[in-house]
Amino acid sequence: MYKIISKKQLNSVVTLLEVEAPMIAKKAKAGQFIIFRVDEFGERIPLTIADFDREKGTITVIFQGVGKSTKMLAAMEPGDSILDFVGPLGKASELEGYKKVCVVGGGVGCAIAYPSAKALFNNGAEVDIIAGFRNKDIVILEEEMKAVSNRLFLTTDDGSYGLKGFVTNQLQELIDAGNKYDLVIAIGPLIMMKMVAAVTKPYGIKTFVSLNPIMIDGTGMCGGCRVTVGGEIRFACVHGPEFDGHQVDFDELMRRNTVYKKQEIAESEHICRIGLEVKEDA
Amino acid sequence: MPNMSLKKVPMPEQDPDIRNKNFSEVSLGYTPEMAMEEATRCLNCKNKPCVAGCPVCVKIPEFIVKVAAGEFEEAFDIIKTTNCLPAVCGRVCPQESQCEEKCIRAIKGESVGIGRLERFVADYHMEHSKAVPSVPAPNGHKVAVIGAGPAGLTCASDLALLGYQVTIFEAFHKPGGVLVYGIPEFRLPKALVTQEIENVKALGVEIMTNMVIGKILSIDELFDDGYEAVFIGSGAGLPTFMNIPGESLVGVYSANEYLTRANLMKAYDNQYDTPIRNSKAVAVVGGGNVAMDAARTAKRLGAGKVYIVYRRSEVEMPARLEEVHHAKEEGILFKNLNNPVGIIGGENGEVVGMECVEMNLGEPDASGRRRPIEKKGSNFVLDVDTVIIAIGTSPNPLIRSTTTGLEANKWGCIVADDKMATSRKGVYAGGDTVTGAATVILAMGAGKTAAASIDEYIRSL
Repeated sequence: MYKIISKKQLNSVVTLLEVEAPMIAKKAKAGQFIIFRVDEFGERIPLTIADFDREKGTITVIFQGVGKSTKMLAAMEPGDSILDFVGPLGKASELEGYKKVCVVGGGVGCAIAYPSAKALFNNGAEVDIIAGFRNKDIVILEEEMKAVSNRLFLTTDDGSYGLKGFVTNQLQELIDAGNKYDLVIAIGPLIMMKMVAAVTKPYGIKTFVSLNPIMIDGTGMCGGCRVTVGGEIRFACVHGPEFDGHQVDFDELMRRNTVYKKQEIAESEHICRIGLEVKEDA
Repeated sequence: MPNMSLKKVPMPEQDPDIRNKNFSEVSLGYTPEMAMEEATRCLNCKNKPCVAGCPVCVKIPEFIVKVAAGEFEEAFDIIKTTNCLPAVCGRVCPQESQCEEKCIRAIKGESVGIGRLERFVADYHMEHSKAVPSVPAPNGHKVAVIGAGPAGLTCASDLALLGYQVTIFEAFHKPGGVLVYGIPEFRLPKALVTQEIENVKALGVEIMTNMVIGKILSIDELFDDGYEAVFIGSGAGLPTFMNIPGESLVGVYSANEYLTRANLMKAYDNQYDTPIRNSKAVAVVGGGNVAMDAARTAKRLGAGKVYIVYRRSEVEMPARLEEVHHAKEEGILFKNLNNPVGIIGGENGEVVGMECVEMNLGEPDASGRRRPIEKKGSNFVLDVDTVIIAIGTSPNPLIRSTTTGLEANKWGCIVADDKMATSRKGVYAGGDTVTGAATVILAMGAGKTAAASIDEYIRSL
């Protein structure tokens, strides 16, 4: 059992949990993930590690309640325990040797992008962060991101905060203004990562994306998380979760990630009517 | 005078048309009377050819004599001296190519039903005995075992019997390995597996779940923590795909994923949140036991039509005869001598069919089986909405890539000698991680050999 030490509601649908997992905390690196299972009847769900504290022995996860399992996790309180919590899984991000980086986060993806930005910034890289949200009410981690970047650019779809528009508009603007990035990291909804990769491709800017497909074991055994990268089948859990954004077949992955959506909607309407929101991300 | 009947006492089974709609066990097992009658068919041969056919050397004639006499607990004690998972082995071992193949009675008529008798004895014990195995006196030495599957459990159990303090590190949330994620409930009830694992724990073996070795701890760190030897029994690894178009469509599964959802994650039970596709027609690609398990599971989950698509003929099928027979009885349709060439997607990227080509058999290939050759122009589309690929696995790189000095072969399997010693001192390995996908009992045999080697190694330190 893995005890929840603290909890913070970052906006109406995004929750931060700090979980006691000393052995994982000892090994965790930016870019890796854990798999949790709330109780005996729960699914195994992967979440990227948002932060870790080796001394306290804790792992922080930030997630959006999208399906049943993440909503159940969001309903847990400090002092409660999660049945299973396994990690650190996947490869760590490779963040050495970059001079000027643009980190692009979309919605709750900002939480996943944050540890990479932090590591890069602490390594001495010049870091610009572009953080996109639907509107002002759901902006998260603004202060934290500011602290690990040279410049933070906020965008909202409706213009209620920061630049009105998408992260890609801001990124294009920065590139047009002559910023020479040697790396772009994009983490957020699949469609956002696809569009960011499309922006950087003509300039040949190396672009990493972090994928979070459906998976079970997280050790390569099930193959459920397979993605096509550069025409080859790769498993996000062992070969990723980070891949070259210019090589990923996003359309295929978008289809694969909806595989159980119909069933989940049907079930939630049937059993508990919890008003399931099926938007991919904030 | 032995019972000279040429046939085994038949074992009752659920009716095929009923069982293909439920997940309860197919075979119902012997009654005490049936077991005693079958046991009297054993000639109690002096040279015991059957034992030579058993990877864990179960003392077969000795336990069968006890069964014939109605002394079932005594029979159990004899089995238990060499086999820590008898209820499992009695069900899933390919006895027909092991102990029973060597049985003298098989020269004329059917062999003694050794597997059925082992199963009966194990089940009888579970049902009737409350005896708790005594914990052996500790010898003060610690051994780490990676993987709580058949190889790891056997290795741990044998070492615990010798007094070692054993910790098993399991990646999943539940111990059992392929016994819990792979082999379906209707062939191997999970309550039995749990009970057998409890018996291993009762010997003092500690099982730590959610521990992915290579990630949370490396093998070097296990040695730093005071373990004097390590056994790697981490299993078969990553599922292989065919590299044909359409394998990433929605509705294409590896058998590992499909079976794990159904077995470990209990997708067939509404209490569990695990989703699985509601399929109308399913094609399972492959001809092994895993393919049979996937097909029979799909049928039970409600698919109207389930096909086995296999590129060779039934003669070459690697699956056990009994599994093929059970699958046919349950209405699985066999498309032998057919090879998939592509999976077809409709709107939304979901599977709407699988294109196959017919095959002929040519000259024998390196495996000694006749090589399948495409029949030009024989392509056709099989009308399915789900495809399950059961064509094997490749070894998991997690441990070998994080352990220095651990030799692997060109396929990525860890190299171990006949004593299960790897190229790294104090590190032993066995089961599918060494051989590639094989059987439960071969993995158990490897675990047993490794336990003896580890004991010898630690004594030599």
